[in-house]
Amino acid sequence: MPTTLYNEPSPLETKVLSKRFGLENSHRLDTYLAHDGFKAFLKARQMTPEQIVEEVKTSALRGRGGAGFPTGLKWSFVPRTSPKPKYIVINADESEPGTCKDRLLMEYDPHQLIEGILIAGLAMDAHKGYLYIRGEYRYLIDHTDRAIGEAYSKGYLGKNIAGTGFDFDLYTHSGAGAYECGEETALLDSLEGKRGIPRMKPPFPAVAGAWASPTLLNNVETFSAVPNIIRDGGAAFAALGTPKNGGTRLVCISGHVNKPGVYELPLGYPMLKAIYEVAGGIPGGKKLKAVVPGGSSCPLLKAEECDIPMDYDTLAKAGSMLGSGGMVVLDETTDMVKFALRIMRFYAHESCGWCIPCREGTTWLRKILQRFDDGGGRKEDIPVLGEVSKNMLGRTFCALGDAAAMPTISIVEKFREDFEKRLAGASRASELVTV
Amino acid sequence: MLAAYPEGRKRSAVVPMLIYAQDETGAVTPELIAEVAKRCEVEPLQVDEVVGYYSMLHRKPLGKYHVQVCTNISCLLVGGEELYEHAKKKLGIGNKQVTADGQFSLEEVECMGACSWAPAVEINYDFHHYVTPERLDQLIDALRKAN
Repeated sequence: MPTTLYNEPSPLETKVLSKRFGLENSHRLDTYLAHDGFKAFLKARQMTPEQIVEEVKTSALRGRGGAGFPTGLKWSFVPRTSPKPKYIVINADESEPGTCKDRLLMEYDPHQLIEGILIAGLAMDAHKGYLYIRGEYRYLIDHTDRAIGEAYSKGYLGKNIAGTGFDFDLYTHSGAGAYECGEETALLDSLEGKRGIPRMKPPFPAVAGAWASPTLLNNVETFSAVPNIIRDGGAAFAALGTPKNGGTRLVCISGHVNKPGVYELPLGYPMLKAIYEVAGGIPGGKKLKAVVPGGSSCPLLKAEECDIPMDYDTLAKAGSMLGSGGMVVLDETTDMVKFALRIMRFYAHESCGWCIPCREGTTWLRKILQRFDDGGGRKEDIPVLGEVSKNMLGRTFCALGDAAAMPTISIVEKFREDFEKRLAGASRASELVTV
Repeated sequence: MLAAYPEGRKRSAVVPMLIYAQDETGAVTPELIAEVAKRCEVEPLQVDEVVGYYSMLHRKPLGKYHVQVCTNISCLLVGGEELYEHAKKKLGIGNKQVTADGQFSLEEVECMGACSWAPAVEINYDFHHYVTPERLDQLIDALRKAN
C-alpha cells in the first residue's frame, strides 16, 4: 500500500525533498536505502568539513524555519575545532500559523532528516543531536523514535556508522505547547528544562548554544535538504531556484483555495501561479483580497502586490517575507478586522512576557481590536493600532514582538477601509479598554 | 530519558518528563512535581515555574477525551470558529471546561500545524482534518459509545 497523503500532489511540483512521499512504506529505512538513502552521508565522509560547508554555501540554501538566513554561512560560524562538545539541534517546533510542512518531512521521510543531521554532524565534528518536536506532534515523536530505533538497529546511528568510524547519537525531545520555543534561543532554554525565554545575542548559539556549547540549530526542512545537496552537488540544488535563493521548498497553501495543500515548488515560483494553478484558484470564482506569504508573522500583500516570484529577496523588496512557507490566501469576503484580531489574540497568548513592549503591546492591540470587532471601535483607534505596533518593532529580545507588529501595521495601512466600514456600522457605544 | 542529556544536565528532562507523566496521571500534581524534581535533581520550585509556562501542562485533570479545536487564521478562514462554537454546544461546556461525567474537555487552541487540511481538531493526540460540524458530531458520538 502506498502511503496515504493528506492532499493530492500537483503535477506542477518539483519534487526533491518530497520525492519519496507516497512511496510504499516511505518512512522505512529499507525504502530510503532503495531510493538513494545514505549515499550522501558516505560521500560526505570522504569530504573535509570545510568542503561540506562549502557545498552547502554553493547550494544557496536558506533557513526554512522563517528567517531565511544562508545555511552555509550559519554552518561556518560553528567553531568545529572547539575543545567543547558540539551539538546539533533540530527545530521541529513547527508552530507558525499557516505552516504544516515539517510534519510531512518527519512523517513520510524521517531517514532523509536523519541523514541531513548526520552530515551536519560530520561538518561540525558533533556527535549528539536533539530533535525538539512540539508536544502536540506526539504521534510524530513516537514515529520518529521508531525511525531512530530502526537507524540504530541497522547501524545508521550509534557507533561506527555504516562502518565509517563516525559516531552519532540522536534523541527526540518533546515540547509542551509554546510558540515561543520555536525561537532558537528560547528553544535552547526549553531544551535545558526551563521556561522558553529568549536569550540575549551575542553570544549566538553557534558559539554558546545548548549547555553553553557550540550548537548548530536549523529547521527540519533545512536539514532534510542537505542529503540532496551533498549527493547531487550544491550547484544543482542552487540551479533549481533563483540567485541566492537555492532549491525548492515545501509551500503550505491554505485558506480560500480550491486545493489547499503542501506542494514542493522551486524558489522564485510565481505567487499567482501557485494560487491559481497549483492550488486550483479561489472557490466560487471570488476575487483575491490578500495573501499572507509565509506565516502569520509576515506583512500581508494586497492582491495587486502578488504578481511576484516567491523568493526571499523579492518578498523583502515587496515589504514582506517568505518566512516559513505558510501561504494563506484570503478572498474578497474576508473581514480584515476579524483577521487582525485573530492574529493578535494568538501573539498576546504566546508572548512569553519577558520583554515589556511585546507583552503589553500585544495585549493592548488585542483589546483594541476586540473592541473594534465587538462594534465599539473609534476613529482614533485606527492610527493607535499602527503606532503601538511601530513602537514594538526592534524593541524586544526575540522577533515575536516584530512578528505581532508587522502584519498588524500592514493590515491597518492596506485595509483601512475595512476598519472605517466598521466605524460606520458601530453598533454600540465605545467602552474604555482597561487592564 | 535522563541518559539522553550530557553529564550533569538532568534538568533538561523536566519538560518531556512532565508531559509524559501527565499523560499517565492526568494532571501535574504537587506529588508529580516533587518526583520530577527528585529525578531531575532540581528544586521543586524549578519544576513548578515551568508548569505555568507551557500550555499543554495542566494542574487539574482534563476530560478523558480532550477536544482541541483550532481557530487560528487558516482554520478561521474555512469555518474553524463555527466548528468551535458547534463543539461548545455539542459538549455543553466552554473553553478549558470538563463535562460533568469527566469524559470530555474542550479547548480552543492555537495553530496545531494542519493549516492545509483545515479546519482541524486534535482529540488527545489524534489529528482530524477537514472537520465539519457533522464530522465532529460523529467523532464525539463514537467516543461516547466506546465508553
